[in-house]
Amino acid sequence: MTTASVPLAHALMLAGILFALGLAGVLVRRNILFILLCLEIMLNAAGLAFVAAGSYWGKPDGQVMFFFILAMTAAEVSVGLALVLQFHHHFRTLDSDAASRMRG
Amino acid sequence: MEITFYLAAAVAVASTVLVITRLNAVHALLYLIVSLLAVALMFLTLGAPFAAALEIILYAGAIMVLFVFVIMMLNLGPQTVGQERAWLQPRMWAGPAALAAVLAAEFVWVFASGAASLGLGQAAVPPKQVGLTLYGPYLLGVEMASYLLLAGLVGAFHLGRRARRPDSTGGQNP
Repeated sequence: MTTASVPLAHALMLAGILFALGLAGVLVRRNILFILLCLEIMLNAAGLAFVAAGSYWGKPDGQVMFFFILAMTAAEVSVGLALVLQFHHHFRTLDSDAASRMRG
Repeated sequence: MEITFYLAAAVAVASTVLVITRLNAVHALLYLIVSLLAVALMFLTLGAPFAAALEIILYAGAIMVLFVFVIMMLNLGPQTVGQERAWLQPRMWAGPAALAAVLAAEFVWVFASGAASLGLGQAAVPPKQVGLTLYGPYLLGVEMASYLLLAGLVGAFHLGRRARRPDSTGGQNP
């Protein structure tokens, strides 16, 4: 097993830090647009972990998984932003607490 | 060579912290783009040039443009001009510009010092190998991703239309 000069643990640690930052943003922020941005950060951190692991073993599978994460992110963002537009149209605000009640 | 990875990692963490602490959505978007560029540079130093290119083209390009569109659509109104003036103050984009300059300097240095050393101690995985794997063992996954994108397209089209007013008479409003 060839050892990269950047240890795999450091790359995974960085992915964990970025993921934790995104998770903290989702939990702390109440603006629904910022929640979507923090979801992007978390997905990107997961992709970083995949690419780092794929680079560690010198296989292309990590980048393939990153490609799938990218496709999933594109679909998620398009639907999520359409939902944000509808949300703003209905509630005239971007506060996610405004939609905490279910009617129906 | 390791210093490029750790420097880009520091830029990524710093800009991500700034993303989740900004009050203005456009400022957060600027820092998120810097963070994505830093991650792309890390992909390059990890020997994944295909993933780095995708990160810049799709994440920092397409997806962030969607966010910009939505933010601009939500800010229609007479106060938009004053808001634009407030957003364009130099000290607002000085932070992202400084962080991006660090990344640009790293990028130039990586290529000036020889692209052959990009793999960080081991061979880089070329895009050709990624493509062969993508359309070989992972062909079913590609098909499923295409269905997912189609579902996202239909869902975004359905949700993006203006909702029909409940008091409207006579069927569908075009």
